[in-house]
Amino acid sequence: MASRTVEVTIRRVVGSGVLALLLTLSLGTLAMVALRAEGYGGLRAGDWAAVRFTVWQALLSAGISVICAVPIARALARRSFPGRSMLVTLLGAPFILPVIVGVLGLIAVFGRSGWINDGLTLLGLPNVSIYGAGGVILAHVFFNLPLATRLILQGWLSVPPGQFRLAASLGADGFALHRLIEWPMLKRSLPGAFLLIFLLCLTSFTVALAVGGGPRATTIELAVYQAFRFDFDIGKAATLGLIQIAICVCVAALAFLVPLPRVQGGSDVGVVPTWSRPSPLDWAWIGLGAAFLLVPLGAIVLSGLPGLWGLPSSIWSALWTSVWVAVLSALLCAAMALGLALMVARSADGVRKLAEGIGVLGLATSPLVIGTGLFLMIFPFARPMDFALVVTLTVNAVMSLPFALRVLAPAVAQVYSDHDRLRQSIGMPQGTWARYVVLPAVRRPLGFAMGLAAALSMGDLGVITLFADPAVETLPLALYRLMGAYRMDDAAGAALILVGFSLLLFWMFDRGGRGRA
Amino acid sequence: MKTVPFFFAGLMTATSVMADTPVLTVYTYDSFASDWGPGPAVEEAFEATCGCDLQIVPAGDGAALLARIQLEGARSDADVVLGLDTNLTAAAAATDLFAPHSVTADFAVPGGWDDPTFVPFDWGYFAFVGNAGADLPANFKALGDSDTKIVIQDPRSSTPGLGLLMWVKQAYGDDAPMIWENLADNVVTVTAGWSEAYGMFLEGEADMVLSYTTSPAYHIIAEEDMSKTFATFDEGHYMQIEVAGKLAGSDQPELADQFLNFMVTDAFQSIIPTTNWMFPAVTPASGLPDGFPMALPAEQSLIFAPEQAAAVRDDALAEWQAALSK
Repeated sequence: MASRTVEVTIRRVVGSGVLALLLTLSLGTLAMVALRAEGYGGLRAGDWAAVRFTVWQALLSAGISVICAVPIARALARRSFPGRSMLVTLLGAPFILPVIVGVLGLIAVFGRSGWINDGLTLLGLPNVSIYGAGGVILAHVFFNLPLATRLILQGWLSVPPGQFRLAASLGADGFALHRLIEWPMLKRSLPGAFLLIFLLCLTSFTVALAVGGGPRATTIELAVYQAFRFDFDIGKAATLGLIQIAICVCVAALAFLVPLPRVQGGSDVGVVPTWSRPSPLDWAWIGLGAAFLLVPLGAIVLSGLPGLWGLPSSIWSALWTSVWVAVLSALLCAAMALGLALMVARSADGVRKLAEGIGVLGLATSPLVIGTGLFLMIFPFARPMDFALVVTLTVNAVMSLPFALRVLAPAVAQVYSDHDRLRQSIGMPQGTWARYVVLPAVRRPLGFAMGLAAALSMGDLGVITLFADPAVETLPLALYRLMGAYRMDDAAGAALILVGFSLLLFWMFDRGGRGRA
Repeated sequence: MKTVPFFFAGLMTATSVMADTPVLTVYTYDSFASDWGPGPAVEEAFEATCGCDLQIVPAGDGAALLARIQLEGARSDADVVLGLDTNLTAAAAATDLFAPHSVTADFAVPGGWDDPTFVPFDWGYFAFVGNAGADLPANFKALGDSDTKIVIQDPRSSTPGLGLLMWVKQAYGDDAPMIWENLADNVVTVTAGWSEAYGMFLEGEADMVLSYTTSPAYHIIAEEDMSKTFATFDEGHYMQIEVAGKLAGSDQPELADQFLNFMVTDAFQSIIPTTNWMFPAVTPASGLPDGFPMALPAEQSLIFAPEQAAAVRDDALAEWQAALSK
């Protein structure tokens, strides 16, 4: 009994530590900013318009991303074709692009002088415009559809193939199959995927502005920006930051109201189960999804190729910095996600949801508030720029945590529900249990989570701009600096390298997770 | 995993070695400090004369720079802040964090210079940059009446964006909202920063982009590309004057003065044109490089005094938002 208490305590301590870090980076940074403010910052009518626009576009963007992701993930789950695994990896690319690169890629295809409008002009048809609210949503779907697809695909692959085989042998197909197997699975995966994408769109700023066409597309994050640097009104920035978190809490509560049943039976498999009559629509969905996501990516590759030769040497040291920050960030993220998942594995549903809720808070907090708050925490004691990379990698890890938790928590809970009684009955030590039972069983989602964390970290400009040390630069920072110095060709080359290495890191972790399965 | 301790160890060694030489810390905007900006050359030139270690610290852009100084307050490590413009100097002076300067120079800034706190290091004219050979509008009204598509920056997040706001306000006063309504259908989009807008222009998304009269000089001098030009507006062009100031809380006040004096010498000023792509505040003996545009006559050089700029800013922003949100 004694050893069991110790084990439980260790899990609690690790898990609580992670939760404390998460709360520090979200509510803690916000509190620091609020404390630094001299008085409460009132909002203007324009700020409420920004709140309305932000929530509206985030709901639509997340809704459309998730709805479109279902048929694409379904098609990918049941179709096997050469290059499928490569396509699944590539589909992750838009999500990890630095926003400015992604926007330029989208514009090359959908813009006024983009490929689509060139084609329409050739055919004598009227042109389409990407700019406006529609463009904001299109861009957000472009960035987030791949994420939704991957999360939902993960859901499909977690359904034990036996269930499909059993259903098929009982003569269930079409609607029955959907109602018995697919719908319960979707009910588990959709709310979480929706919430994560909603939050990503909630703090969006550069994208919304670039294709929004004007001040109508003002988001809360821009209002935060304005408060900090135009009005020098820190109190107002804190108020806006609080509104972001309040919206997050409301939407999270709604999303989690949908019951999240425990994942049942079996573990992931690397093969694609084929369970129902092939539908030609599958190919249409795969083709459409791939074209929508990969053509703008192609534009980025094309515009980056000429710049690849003669890139300044500082790009390579920036790349090296970014790679090790990304790898450490992925390790930290995985450790935190595992710690949390282990802590809540046998807890009641409510506790699990609470932990997951705290996990997403970092994502809902304005990056500018996080950066400023951390700056204020460090400044009294040390030079913030000495912590540039430590802060960058920690914040990146925390930002990736919700995604990692999303895929890891169910897998860990599964291991416990399958084998915990056995462990208790033979008195397996905690270390052995973790190493020989838990880790192998969660290897695949762990690899995916780490790949995502590493790639996200590579592409994120993050908080480094506030902490910038003149001697240290990450690749996204180097890219922005090239653009700021008119060197758009070099910047395009750097963007191509960034995309390439982000994907490579993602692929390596993801591949490692799949292992020899 | 070895890299982190290694990284810290490296930092500590670096700090202890430099303990003997005085350190002058200059906060500036990111593109000044970057490898492509004036920063590295300025550091080398100043360190050759000062017997000190000049640390140039990037801190976002101009507005982020002031926000940073306000966050740090009197305990800031910074001795000098370089890169505020006259739209920000009133707010900067109001913080009482800056000390008066003692620099005298023959400033080439149109309209002269007599601010007691801030010293200009370069300046430029905002302008719409387009492709050579295109039909260029002669003023805001002609631009608004034409089909010319433009990309501009948001005044809330970008200094050129704020410059355009002030330009229209200075040129048209109470008629500014009318000008903006007329321009609304020419605006393709409003970006968060200069880089996005300029990138979109180079991609062909718009006929013109809000930038500087000196932008085509970059393409001419650095890329030997003559295809870019700017439209001369008969209302005149709004100026951006970029300044530096010494912090009152500096622990190296003499070194800071020395730096501000160095800033207006040829050694510093001759670096500016082809790294910051702006006009030097004091024209160096070598003159301006070939390919640089001419300065405009004084009556064409528009600018609000810092206090006026601070006073009209909020109303001008509200007008801009209202006109472009219709």
